[in-house]
Amino acid sequence: MRPPVRREVLRLSVNGEERELLVRPYATLLEVLREELRLTGTKHGCELGECGACTVLVGGVPQLSCLLLPAQVEGAEVTTIEGLADGATLDAVQRAFMERGGLQCGYCTPGMVLAARALLDANPSPTREEIREALAGNLCRCTGYAGILDAVEDAARSGR
Amino acid sequence: MTTPAAGREAGELHVVGKGLPKVDAAAKVTGAIAYADDIDLPGMLFCKLLRSQHPYARIVSIDTSAARAMPGVVAVITGDDLPVKYGIMPTCEDELALEHEKVRFVGDPVAAVAAVDEETALAACRAIEVGYEPLEAVESIEQALVSPDDEPIHGYAGPANVHRLAALEFGDVDAGFAEAAHVREDVFFFEGNTHLPMEQHSATAQAVGDKVTLWSSTQDPHYVHRALAKVLGLPMGSVRVVAAPHGGGFGGKCDPFSHEIAVCKLSLMTGRPVKCTLTREEVFYTHRGRHPVLMWVRTGVDRDGRILAMHFRSALDGGAYGSYGPASTLYTGALQTTTYAIPAYRFEGARVFTNKAPCGPKRGHGTPQPRFALEVHLDKLAADLGIDPVELRRRNYVRPFTRTVNWLRITSCGLGEVTDRVLEASGYEHRVKRPGHGMGFAVSSYMCGAGLPIYWNTMPHSECILNVGRGGVTLLSGATDIGQGSDTVLATIAAEELGLSPGDIRLVTGDTGLTPVDLGSYSSRVTFMAGNAAREAAARMRELLVRAVAEEKGCAPDEVAVADGRIGLIAFEEAAALAEARFGALSTRGSYTPPQGIGGRYKGAGVGPSPAYSYSAAVVDLDADGRSGEIRVNKVWLGHDIGRSINELAVRGQVEGGVYMGLGEVLMEAQAYRDGLLRQPSMLDYKSLTFLDMPEVETILVETLDPEGPYGAKEVGQGPLLPVIPAVVSAVHEALGVWVDEVPVTPDKVVRALDARAKGKEPRYGPKSFPQIPYPPLVKVAPPDAATAAL
Repeated sequence: MRPPVRREVLRLSVNGEERELLVRPYATLLEVLREELRLTGTKHGCELGECGACTVLVGGVPQLSCLLLPAQVEGAEVTTIEGLADGATLDAVQRAFMERGGLQCGYCTPGMVLAARALLDANPSPTREEIREALAGNLCRCTGYAGILDAVEDAARSGR
Repeated sequence: MTTPAAGREAGELHVVGKGLPKVDAAAKVTGAIAYADDIDLPGMLFCKLLRSQHPYARIVSIDTSAARAMPGVVAVITGDDLPVKYGIMPTCEDELALEHEKVRFVGDPVAAVAAVDEETALAACRAIEVGYEPLEAVESIEQALVSPDDEPIHGYAGPANVHRLAALEFGDVDAGFAEAAHVREDVFFFEGNTHLPMEQHSATAQAVGDKVTLWSSTQDPHYVHRALAKVLGLPMGSVRVVAAPHGGGFGGKCDPFSHEIAVCKLSLMTGRPVKCTLTREEVFYTHRGRHPVLMWVRTGVDRDGRILAMHFRSALDGGAYGSYGPASTLYTGALQTTTYAIPAYRFEGARVFTNKAPCGPKRGHGTPQPRFALEVHLDKLAADLGIDPVELRRRNYVRPFTRTVNWLRITSCGLGEVTDRVLEASGYEHRVKRPGHGMGFAVSSYMCGAGLPIYWNTMPHSECILNVGRGGVTLLSGATDIGQGSDTVLATIAAEELGLSPGDIRLVTGDTGLTPVDLGSYSSRVTFMAGNAAREAAARMRELLVRAVAEEKGCAPDEVAVADGRIGLIAFEEAAALAEARFGALSTRGSYTPPQGIGGRYKGAGVGPSPAYSYSAAVVDLDADGRSGEIRVNKVWLGHDIGRSINELAVRGQVEGGVYMGLGEVLMEAQAYRDGLLRQPSMLDYKSLTFLDMPEVETILVETLDPEGPYGAKEVGQGPLLPVIPAVVSAVHEALGVWVDEVPVTPDKVVRALDARAKGKEPRYGPKSFPQIPYPPLVKVAPPDAATAAL
């Protein structure tokens, strides 16, 4: 018989809200976000750090939540797709993805949008090559990446 | 990069053809949309499947007692609990949700556990003891053709491990070859590959009493519904299947799956909701992807390169189960004739069982493999004759509104136009050849939905209901948006008819309990079929609204314009109130059934007919390294005869995505095995194009306005993938002077072809021969006579 798992107290700051949780010590940030906080906008495609679907921002830097333990991000601000818009006002990256066909099935979209946001925060006027470099860790099977490239360029032009 | 679409009459349509954002885009960019695995129901249990680790073995015993005794385990089931066989094709219902006699591939499910959490379910699976008696695994097409020492993989087919054979002849092929000035034979191999949807399959069932609802990431809830009713022994009315918002299909979520059946059974047993989400490794082994196909083609032409006869043979490695196999087999022979006028055509096809994950439909279903072979074969034939390969193709192009030798009805056909446009845009004909650089050209065609349903019936393939009331406009359709944008297409069509915006239309889709039937998102059928049904329903609603307004205003109905949220001069909502007051509840219907007589009447004629065909042409520009064999694609031009774009943004996205997937298949993607195990069951090892590998795509849309498509529209989901593969192979040949007759064209194969050339051998890499296959006697079909052939 398996011994019961002792849960540990975790304090996270997610999308500007302070949260205190009891979690299995080996649960990944991805699992905590999706299963404990029910922030299901963060997706999983492999849970091995291979696809980028679970990308979230930690202190504004894109990170793979499937490879992080929540304890590693205690004290840092975690931004998920649910926290990107300013209330009902969508981020420029979100608007551009809608308008330029940056999404189809939408499953890679949360991770892709957040990675693009982080790029534009660090480099407000990237070249197409720089966009490709920055998003190369995020796989998409639908768009051929073309609509995403157009969208990120548009978002760069329109600012935040 | 794009160029404008041609052929649209300006000002005629209000929302059709515009590049408006998709109707579900806002929910997708905010993370608000809930995919199948995002569903969380009160009291929900979690299911894991125990899968075989043997490629082929008899099950001697299954002991679940230790698993059942584990705290947190609520139910354990095995094949004894689900003894009814099923399968997507009525002719090969050879699957059990959980196998209890033998396992046929690594990954074949044998037991399922429902537990309080996933970890416990997984631990319980590990505690199940299965006694196996390994059998000798069949790993290749060649091996499958030989009678095995052990029993064949299935008892219902044969000889040896042959699943399905087909042999058809249209016209006098021998006479054509006898008359030919030149005859050429080639052999090709297309390795299998998989869909790799970003979303792992997930299904959640909730039973109440003896009724069960399933939410699943499926592309065709109707077929899952049928399979569930059959396997669970429930009336269709007791089963409801809801297609959850979908994270990518590409054909990989078209079969009814073990996990879908298991969660329903477990929920019925426990009375609690049960969810099962596959791991990425399980997704690879679930597969149902592109068949590996070995192909042999022989073509006879006259002095000018006009095709007189063609003989095409295929051998498909089907993996362990039937799946869509009979259709897949016939598709490797059906659509050669929809691009080229072949006066005499013979097709012999075979599908074999092997101990690998079952193959099935992937984007282009059964046609990318023969399209690769055919186009490269024609390049070689053109070189033999000293004719330009584009010119040779043009001399053989089908004409619009004709019938092919295998009786397929061709209606609108922009093949010549897409050819002209990609050649012009790419500068292909003025290219300066230099070593290490190549450009390649190829064309293709694809169906706008299959002319026949998967199971025989005479009911419509798509039905829609449109309701207008005090809650607004609601369109109910069984269609399933898998990311291709079918929701947007249906909303746009309804909006066009009603003078509204697509965002004004509320959609209820893909729900077998609430929506009228749609057969599913496969064979590129939704825009054409569900689109026509939606248009019919909306046009009927428009007529009611116009009549009500005309009566109110005392004018003729044709004086009432419908546009910009108004019916005549009255706001839509007021017009709806007038109509509701006059006619009662406002509900209209639309249905679509493909026309009769679009195909032949021979056995096997069910595969290939479609109410319309799309046409694509590709030019690929690449650099290839003569030492490392590495290929760098610089740009792809893709011309596509779309009929008409319903939403241009979505159409361009489908073209770009199709080009991307074609490039992945030709350059790197392979679902290959070693000793019964997949070599690449992870997203890192299974190579697909990243942002850094993907070249620019220039999409050129040609609008031929198909007479039967909704507003003239045709498909775009599958066709644009097809010509990319042979165009790359052709460009590699131009760059390096070697043919790689095997897909994917990986650097090692290029180097081997270069080595062969350096040693004075044939400058080629690819299969050397085609095996002896016990094809049955040919079914000889008279081609249509001249009067029938010209529509």
